[in-house]
Amino acid sequence: MSLAAGRVEALQDVVRQGPRVLPHGAGTKPALCTPPDDVVALDVSGLSDILEYDPAELTFTALAGTPVAEVTEALAEHGQYLPFDPPLSRAGATLGGVVAAGTSGPNAFRHGGVRDFIIEVRFIDGTGRLVTGGGKVVKNAAGFDLPKLMIGSLGRLGVLVQLSFKVFPRPEATTTLRVDLGSTEAALTTMAALGRGPLDLDALDLEPPGRLILRLGGAKETLPARAARLESLLDAPAEHLDDEADAQEWRQAAELSWAPSGSTLVKVGLTARRIPALEAALAQGGARARYSLAGNLGWLAWPGDRDLAELDGALRALEIAGVVLTGTPGHVLIGRKDGGAFATRVRAALDPQARFLEV
Amino acid sequence: MGVPELLTSLRELYPPKRLLTTPAQLTPFESDALTAFRARPEAVVLAETQQEVIDTVRLCHREGVPFVARGSGTSLSGGSLPVEGGIVIALNRLNRVLRLDPEQRIAVVEPGVINDHVTRAAAPHGLYYAPDPSSQSVCTIGGNLAFNSGGAHCLKHGMTSNHVLGIRAVLPDGEVVELGGESTEPVGPDWTGMFCGSEGLFGIALEITLRLVPVAESTHTVLAAYDSLQAAGDAVAQVVASGLLPVAMEIMDALAIEAAEASVKPNYPKGVPVLLIVELEGEREVVDADAARLRAVIEASGATDVTITEKAEERALIWKGRKSAFSAVGWLAPDFLVQDGVVPRSRLGEALGEIDRMSTEAGVRVANVFHAGDGNLHPLILFDGRESDALHHAEELAGDILRLCVRLGGSITGEHGVGVEKRSYLPIMFTEDDMALMRRLRSAVDPRELANRGKMLEPTHTPDPHIDAEDDGPGTSPRAVPSAGAPT
Repeated sequence: MSLAAGRVEALQDVVRQGPRVLPHGAGTKPALCTPPDDVVALDVSGLSDILEYDPAELTFTALAGTPVAEVTEALAEHGQYLPFDPPLSRAGATLGGVVAAGTSGPNAFRHGGVRDFIIEVRFIDGTGRLVTGGGKVVKNAAGFDLPKLMIGSLGRLGVLVQLSFKVFPRPEATTTLRVDLGSTEAALTTMAALGRGPLDLDALDLEPPGRLILRLGGAKETLPARAARLESLLDAPAEHLDDEADAQEWRQAAELSWAPSGSTLVKVGLTARRIPALEAALAQGGARARYSLAGNLGWLAWPGDRDLAELDGALRALEIAGVVLTGTPGHVLIGRKDGGAFATRVRAALDPQARFLEV
Repeated sequence: MGVPELLTSLRELYPPKRLLTTPAQLTPFESDALTAFRARPEAVVLAETQQEVIDTVRLCHREGVPFVARGSGTSLSGGSLPVEGGIVIALNRLNRVLRLDPEQRIAVVEPGVINDHVTRAAAPHGLYYAPDPSSQSVCTIGGNLAFNSGGAHCLKHGMTSNHVLGIRAVLPDGEVVELGGESTEPVGPDWTGMFCGSEGLFGIALEITLRLVPVAESTHTVLAAYDSLQAAGDAVAQVVASGLLPVAMEIMDALAIEAAEASVKPNYPKGVPVLLIVELEGEREVVDADAARLRAVIEASGATDVTITEKAEERALIWKGRKSAFSAVGWLAPDFLVQDGVVPRSRLGEALGEIDRMSTEAGVRVANVFHAGDGNLHPLILFDGRESDALHHAEELAGDILRLCVRLGGSITGEHGVGVEKRSYLPIMFTEDDMALMRRLRSAVDPRELANRGKMLEPTHTPDPHIDAEDDGPGTSPRAVPSAGAPT
């Protein structure tokens, strides 16, 4: 028996014996993986290895505790990448943590988020059984889509053990344009227009109040003309960031290093139309935000000394759903909730003895 | 409790014109595009509002009568096959695009909206709905969602579930739930993703929020001829290895080309054994640069004939030939079965060689037309149902091909779904524990198996749909497929 198999069996035993467990990888999102007093912390970070990677296939399989950075490096050697730009990978985020938290980064604008690239999942369910859903091929419609269900499952529907993803060829080069349009309103108008083409942007971020950060990727020789074309669509002169400046901009976006230290990080899913109202609510709370994916994804930095219940209330009023990543454990999902009776029943099937925490 | 009581209640809910109960009215609903399977429902209701669907499901639940939701009936896996002793809820009249928001790039639609009509509604805004099953001119979004339909352009754009953001659904006991929303970014467990592709076992989607994508500014289509399937398969691997990301890569063999030429005359190069279609799309500058690289790869790959087009009408004809291939094989044989297995892309050549060997050995002709870019095979197994045992031999070969796909590390279905047709093969892909979990999930959502019983999972409640071999012959006649377009 391999070391990993032995470790998986040990994890299965813990789940079977109870009482309740909460898995964690590298702990980069402590609000999601710090267990309450009566709950056993289940360390999955030892399950770390890339098991299969055939560059010609553009798919790979790795154990859930494998650091994203290790995968990124292995893929880069063959000119490939994880197009969903997993956040906090420099901080040590693991593949399992990214899936369980359901986090995608700003460069997911081009090809889609983590839900669009996961193809197979192996996990321990609440009965302690090791089960698999999906398959190691890029197209598959056989059986229930358990890989998607595990996106955002927060360690509360199963203990992730092994994951397979499809990957894409990495853009040969990238360049970034930064433009200040003066107001959120003006920035949102331009953002909506750019989102409808014709340019295929790798990233389309808004830094309130009015700054857009735009990235283009592709063959190096095409970039100057494309960047010029992009700039011609903007109402103000843009600052061009290349090479290290370009890399730096997106590194700090993906690492969320712009967030003031001590603040609580919250990811929200929304549409751009809600941004003005959300900005108003955040201003009242003294919070900051950055928006990615043309306004479909918001990263909120909520002041650490303010009650999260306040933000929860504001998000509920705006019908925005959020997940708390850092700060004092206790709150997980805030704002709008979905799933209803469907969620309750699926949970009951996966975890009949309530071995996992409630979602 | 039962069918008579249900019918009494349905008569109060629906006017006579929308409650079908006579044999003549029910016959068209006895099967879908997988015509080898037939079952007569007790009744068909033609729902016109979401509330009617909810009320009908609640009545079925009260009376313990199984129901099958149905759109245009284009399923190739028997996904909308009725259940004997149950009813069919026809959703074609729930065909409203409720809201189109070009700024947010979303469309909110009812389940009976035809796939193509979403694109038609979005087109004035420079947007379209990306998943494109070959039956897109007739198939409905509700069916696409239930079976996570694919299409030729999945290679870049993904499948239906990658484009569904939110679902309002009625569960099999009549409870209504909201899953997901309008954002492309889900928060918390991806309930929407879990509901997609559940083959109707979790209930009926009533309102669906779809992601729209911008129409590409430039498209470049290459048609390359090869001497063998192996050579074309190798070319696909070389394109993938080159770092290009085509939006589609399709292969057709000689039989499929012959069929397409005989039916829709796409003007493919004459007398070639194998055709590869590669399509690039995107920004003008990017497509121009990629096209040059693609040309170099194709030239080095041993193509015997290369045609390139960027003209919309020529491109439309190429795709018409490709997408009509299923119905077109009606020109080659009276009946066919189509399989939908997937293999890892690097094992395409091996899989095709093996299918060729098995076909020769069994003395059964197989035409191949498939999504090479993602390893999704579509062997069309040709037979004449009037010959004794012909269907049986075709089914045996189909089963062998599915086992081959799983043995090579793939799947029994890429986009048609398991349905009734492949449910006995699902356990060869999954362990007993995996299967048990799927049954537990089904049972937790629908303990009495009222919703689309017998699809994907073996029913534990009888009666079971049967293969209808006696009544009108084992007809999988392509002529019975809705004429407006063959499903993927």
